[in-house]
Amino acid sequence: MSLTAEEVKARNKDLIDEVLKAYPEKTAKKRTKHLGTFDEGNPDCGVKSNIKSIPGVMTIRGCAYAGSKGVVWGPIKDMVHISHGPVGCGQYSWGSRRNYYVGTTGVDSFVTMQFTSDFQEKDIVFGGDKKLSKIIDEIQVLFPLNKGISIQSECPIGLIGDDIEAVSKVKGKEYGKTIVPVRCEGFRGVSQSLGHHIANDAIRDWVFDKAPTQTQTFQSTPYDVAIIGDYNIGGDAWSSRILLEEMGLRVIAQWSGDGSLAELEATPKAKLNVLHCYRSMNYISRHMEEKYGIPWVEYNFFGPTKIEDSLRRIAGHFDDRIKDGAERVIAKYRPLMDAVIAKYKPRLQGRKVMLFVGGLRPRHVIGAYEDLGMEVVGTGYEFGHNDDYQRTTHYVKDGTLIYDDVTGYEFERFVEKVQPDLVGSGIKEKYVFQKMGVPFRQMHSWDYSGPYHGYDGFAIFARDMDMAINAPVWGLTKAPWK
Amino acid sequence: MAGLRQIAFYGKGGIGKSTTSQNTLAALAEMGQRILIVGCDPKADSTRLILHAKAQDTILSLAAEAGSVEDLELDDVMKTGYKDIRCVESGGPEPGVGCAGRGVITSINFLEENGAYEGIDYVSYDVLGDVVCGGFAMPIRENKAQEIYIVMSGEMMAMYAANNISKGILKYANSGGVRLGGLVCNERQTDKELELADALAKKLGTRLIHFVPRDNVVQHAELRRMTVLEYAPDSKQADEYRALAGKIHANAGKGVIPTPITMDELEELLMEHGLMKAVDESIVGKTAAEMTSAA
Repeated sequence: MSLTAEEVKARNKDLIDEVLKAYPEKTAKKRTKHLGTFDEGNPDCGVKSNIKSIPGVMTIRGCAYAGSKGVVWGPIKDMVHISHGPVGCGQYSWGSRRNYYVGTTGVDSFVTMQFTSDFQEKDIVFGGDKKLSKIIDEIQVLFPLNKGISIQSECPIGLIGDDIEAVSKVKGKEYGKTIVPVRCEGFRGVSQSLGHHIANDAIRDWVFDKAPTQTQTFQSTPYDVAIIGDYNIGGDAWSSRILLEEMGLRVIAQWSGDGSLAELEATPKAKLNVLHCYRSMNYISRHMEEKYGIPWVEYNFFGPTKIEDSLRRIAGHFDDRIKDGAERVIAKYRPLMDAVIAKYKPRLQGRKVMLFVGGLRPRHVIGAYEDLGMEVVGTGYEFGHNDDYQRTTHYVKDGTLIYDDVTGYEFERFVEKVQPDLVGSGIKEKYVFQKMGVPFRQMHSWDYSGPYHGYDGFAIFARDMDMAINAPVWGLTKAPWK
Repeated sequence: MAGLRQIAFYGKGGIGKSTTSQNTLAALAEMGQRILIVGCDPKADSTRLILHAKAQDTILSLAAEAGSVEDLELDDVMKTGYKDIRCVESGGPEPGVGCAGRGVITSINFLEENGAYEGIDYVSYDVLGDVVCGGFAMPIRENKAQEIYIVMSGEMMAMYAANNISKGILKYANSGGVRLGGLVCNERQTDKELELADALAKKLGTRLIHFVPRDNVVQHAELRRMTVLEYAPDSKQADEYRALAGKIHANAGKGVIPTPITMDELEELLMEHGLMKAVDESIVGKTAAEMTSAA
């Protein structure tokens, strides 16, 4: 049933029209702008993005607090991140992102712990600043090896106007530590995306601009790079870092998976910032370019084809020693990758995938699927902006179905009609599609597997996709429409 | 509970809400009414004349001390003063922190849940100057105050505030059944004050329920932390408050849904009574220096 691109486009149009019919007129008018088909040659994917979700549609999005605490700040391991406000936000997001780190939890590392000011009625009425001061004091006593603290604002903080900046200044001075107030109240913005931006700005204002003098003793080399936008989910940053090191570069910082405050402070000394998740950390990369003159380059470590491109692109910013290093790394791993492909491609060839994820993944993982002979036929971003959809054009094929901030209803109908062999999305979607008889992988958390970045990650990625699609269990199910 | 009258005093800050309400309620108590005063102002000065106290311990300060409002008993927060008037103060944070509006909500919920409204004839809410957020509108929501008395004067800003409060009442009138009981003019001795107050009341679709003349005896009583009713029961001013109390008592069920007016209409009203000249648009936004150089 191989359709031509034109046939696919016609089918997608019918499908979108059908889905929109289920909505009230006003909703259909809004949603139609977020759904489309990629036309080869267009500068973007033809959909609107970064617009407020419509109530009642079951959006998959998060909030600004999720973007700041959950994504950007949370993985910084030697700082304590306080969820400032009522207990729920911190408690229910606790430990959900699998940001791996090296350290002794509760002694010098705190990523998997949950700190909250646990607001009560009286804290709302009388303000939470006194309690926040007390918590900071207690943290110094209980966890003296913390390198600093970030204060992640939940919604009520913005409503009652708690002066977390004043507390941060006073306590930062008292303890001689970095204390960062982050105004990431969940009601701000349309998704977690604004939280990333706010968190980036907080690093700029409260870490870079106030960095203590020890960075002056930092010994630079000509090959210093910083990994920006890798959260080390399942160890992603580690399987990326080794490749950069093998080609002769020195990684001076990881942002922010397995990262430390000292690494953040040292980053303005980098010669090049290598940026993986553009969406969540382009802001600080642009800032470092403007203020410190550090160039930045986007890279993609999903699948050997994109890894090779990326290693060469990164090496292009350095001398022949690094360029040769890149070729050496590529040559070293190619036989291993060929073996992985030889094993899995015959089992996965021609299989169709639909994705719906956050950050950079709706485009970045496409190359890895293609290395395995698979085809991504639909993709969309939870909280992407137009610049993400522009970048997506380099990855997707003519006729790919595009759905921005997809609703629960749309996603189910699309999958039902397109009948992909695999869906990659989040935990909330997983069981819906599995019950429909469609193999599924969680592509936020790598479904408790990983890493998926780098050469090591690709071997695991290939195994996991094979495991999902070719599991014997699918032969035992009977979908209602079959 | 059927006979319970729930009233509230609103008005511009500094207009004399607390003084007027406490004197009037003291007069109602004289008439044998059993009264509960709920102060809803973080300043907590709604009950000082009844209790002869500087400031009563508030629900929220006691709750903060005890840990939470659930740790409190009604007896901890309720004091009894002149003529057995029961008094509670909601209280709130110091200026500039926290959320006083939430404090009002917390306090009123506490009082309801703990049966503070049992065995009384009147509950009176004394609320902060302006309805700045949802919290301060709490007393005019469903099942709270049924009649609102707006304390005002002949000053422009007091009238402006009265109109604004009417807007707040209008918003909740249909959902909750709150009504405007009337205006109480607390004399400031501005020009044509009675006439103006009367005219505003008509515009708002209500009436000027009483004009309270200015009298220094009010201040003398205040210095002693007493109502005039208690300090000088035979004075002319005490009789004024008795008259107001009588009118409020007779006003049951006669509240109206107010008809607030626009800013322009309010200015017109002032012009009609010759208090304001028609605005010469050519001078708007001009500094004194500019006017001189132009002349």
